[in-house]
Amino acid sequence: MLPMSSSVRRFLLTKAKTYVRTVTTSKPATSFDDDQIKQNYDIIIAGGGMVGCTLACAIGKNSLLSHLKVLLLEGSPQQKYEFKPEYSNRVVALNQNTKSLMNSLEIWQHIEKARVQPVRHMQVWDASSNALISFNSADIMDDDVAYIVENDLLLHAVNKELTSPDLKNVNIVYGAKISGYELSKHEALTRNLIKMNNGDTYSCKLLIGADGANSAVRNAMGVQYLSWNYDHMGVVATLHLAEETENTTAWQRWLPTGPVALLPLDSKRSSLVWSTTVDHAKQLLQLPEEQFVDALNDALWKQYPHSSAVEACTSWFGSCLKSIGLPDGAERQLPPSVKSIVSASRAAFPLGFGHSTRYVAPGVALVGDAAHRVHPLAGQGVNLGFGDVKDLTEFLADAIYTGLDITHHSWLERYESSRQRHNVPTQIAVDALYRLYTVDLPPVVLVRSLGTQLTNALQPIKKLIMSHATT
Amino acid sequence: MNTTLLNKTRTINTFLYKKVNMLVNLRNESSSNTKRTTIDKPNVEKFTKILQEWWDPNGPIKALHAMNLVRVPFVRDGLIQCAQNERNIKPLKDKKLLDVGCGGGILSEALSKLGAEVTGIDANKELVQLAQYHSNMNDELNLKPKYQYTTIEDHSKDFSNYYDGVVASEVIEHIKDKELFVKSCLQALKPEGRIFFTTPTRSRLCKIFGIWIAEYVMNAIPKGTHQYDMLMTPIELTFLLERNNCHVEIINGLVYNPCTNKWDLIRSQQLLFALQAVKLE
Ligand SMILES: Cc1cc2nc3c(=O)[nH]c(=O)nc-3n(C[C@H](O)[C@H](O)[C@H](O)COP(=O)(O)OP(=O)(O)OC[C@H]3O[C@@H](n4cnc5c(N)ncnc54)[C@H](O)[C@@H]3O)c2cc1C
Ligand SMILES: C[S@@+](CC[C@H](N)C(=O)[O-])C[C@H]1O[C@@H](n2cnc3c(N)ncnc32)[C@H](O)[C@@H]1O
Repeated sequence: MLPMSSSVRRFLLTKAKTYVRTVTTSKPATSFDDDQIKQNYDIIIAGGGMVGCTLACAIGKNSLLSHLKVLLLEGSPQQKYEFKPEYSNRVVALNQNTKSLMNSLEIWQHIEKARVQPVRHMQVWDASSNALISFNSADIMDDDVAYIVENDLLLHAVNKELTSPDLKNVNIVYGAKISGYELSKHEALTRNLIKMNNGDTYSCKLLIGADGANSAVRNAMGVQYLSWNYDHMGVVATLHLAEETENTTAWQRWLPTGPVALLPLDSKRSSLVWSTTVDHAKQLLQLPEEQFVDALNDALWKQYPHSSAVEACTSWFGSCLKSIGLPDGAERQLPPSVKSIVSASRAAFPLGFGHSTRYVAPGVALVGDAAHRVHPLAGQGVNLGFGDVKDLTEFLADAIYTGLDITHHSWLERYESSRQRHNVPTQIAVDALYRLYTVDLPPVVLVRSLGTQLTNALQPIKKLIMSHATT
Repeated sequence: MNTTLLNKTRTINTFLYKKVNMLVNLRNESSSNTKRTTIDKPNVEKFTKILQEWWDPNGPIKALHAMNLVRVPFVRDGLIQCAQNERNIKPLKDKKLLDVGCGGGILSEALSKLGAEVTGIDANKELVQLAQYHSNMNDELNLKPKYQYTTIEDHSKDFSNYYDGVVASEVIEHIKDKELFVKSCLQALKPEGRIFFTTPTRSRLCKIFGIWIAEYVMNAIPKGTHQYDMLMTPIELTFLLERNNCHVEIINGLVYNPCTNKWDLIRSQQLLFALQAVKLE
């Protein structure tokens, strides 16, 4: 070795150690005793819902990430999935981007083999006026608008891949009771501690919060969370339709109390999501089943009082559109009527808005509902979460391909800004739609009706909406 | 006297003699103009001042640390192109790379992390020692760069047609005899090998933003880092390379934002540029 000059020697004695430590992340960040740690991981994902499990699978299958040791902690016990002839009452509408993510993870094949219903048309109409908007997948894109899949089937399909023998680097703990987090504050020395109720402690470099809207990881990050409850609940149920049809249309009617939506399941069945006031929702759950069906058919068919002024304006506007060769929205398809509901399939869920101002902190990232929560009216919720999964794995893989640490701030920041740039406008748009449509004042009804008509008439705007909603 | 002992003393003596000679030569060459050299003495020695903070990612040369985020992918993709799903964590495995003017090893270590066998050389002895020390201390680094205190003109004599890639990042602007520098770099490179440069552009814009504002107003980089007259333009460097049997494949513009400490690839080459060339047969 070369003889050392005095300045280098001085250097060695002083600052060098601190800077060298910044690259040796294996050193503990806290004074925590190493013996108490049960296991060290590269990545721990807290929350094994649809988003958390898909993320674990995506990390496990990425050639650049499969060397990382991953632990998935899920609070509830392991669910045994059983294919039943009757549909589950919890379903989600998945967009094209989610489908291609699921395809790339080889999850989609399991869904297709079981059951999935494509949505090829959408009709949204306003009970307080005649305004209507309809989307037709054939006009707008070459593919289906969305796919209706049951939550439990989707989770089962993800788990099939997640637990396949090819995927070796992911451990799963069910029934995990997390008592608290101790997050490190320094990027270069990250070691997050996860303490369990049974006294075990896990440590990891990167902690991912996929623990839903009431995320404890988000709380531990101490970030600002902007949230409110809509004074609404989503009533769900599985419906038998009066007539057998192709049933590839998603229907949504805006009532003054909120939207009621029918998502197709197969030729005779649809799934209901009916958002309404909390009192009304509770009342709906109490009704005998036949009366519930009557109430629902009313919601889909009943004529609501229209403001005559609004009526006049919209029909005038419609004729204007027609005269310049654009669709006036008068040709509407008739919604199905409901014959009965699958017994005991009714349930109600609280609805809210939530936005975490930061999705990341040193060595921590949030995905899915932990980062953002939206009203289900546009069927966006879990799709946003799957978008997070795609970007997070892509940016993390890119960082590793560049030789960076898995906790390097550059990719975390990139993840946050890329996702917020997509998620926040979507959330705001969904919230604005909700507010716009739950107002009954004639001027508001007028503006939104004209807006709806215009949107419906202009193919490029529809395309824009669709392409945003599918990414 | 015993012959083995004699031999031993002799080898030690020749070794020492060579060592001293080398140091003397380095000194002399830079002060006299008799022999061509790449060394501009002040441009080597001034870096000793920031030795202590070299590896501080938020210190005076934080820009060089941040630059890894763009230059590592630039070098990597110039050496290997890999489909998304076939990527692995050591894309530069088995590649022999030379980091000319490696300084404290910020780029050398980053390239080693990708599996490359990196040799780092620099004309500043203390920096080479620092680089060596830092890599010894870094236990996350499985494959360590080899460092050598030498000049490219000397190194390329022993390692002719040896490297798959030669990198000179933020170095050529400190070099006196650019022709000799480029020729020596190319001598060390295998035919078909790639050579990479990053350097500020000699342009009015760079003079204003890169030198006055960055060095004197914002203190984003140490004062006196760059002298305008020693900078090159992308065209000059291209000519120099193509005159020496190279084909220039890529020139990207680079921009640094001192407020966010972030680098970006841009179209304009008015501030800094990154160049990739291939050595022809
Ligand atoms: C009525 C209704 C209809 C909807 N319809 C649609 C739709 O059509 N399309 C759509 O895209 N979205 C829809 N959504 C939204 C969608 O359901 C959510 O966006 C999605 O479930 C979010 O998934 P997630 O994995 O992020 O969170 P969750 O599904 O909330 O999963 C979080 C997981 O973390 C676990 N967990 C939580 N805390 C802990 C802890 N401390 N320790 C361990 N584990 C923990 C939980 O057990 C759970 O498994 C709808 C929502 C509602 C309420
Ligand atoms: C701005 S630093 C760049 C360091 C390193 N390439 C990086 O980007 O991290 C310039 C380096 O070039 C070295 N240098 C200057 N003239 C040189 C020469 N003639 N031969 C070799 N190295 C030289 C200096 O000692 C200094 O370490």
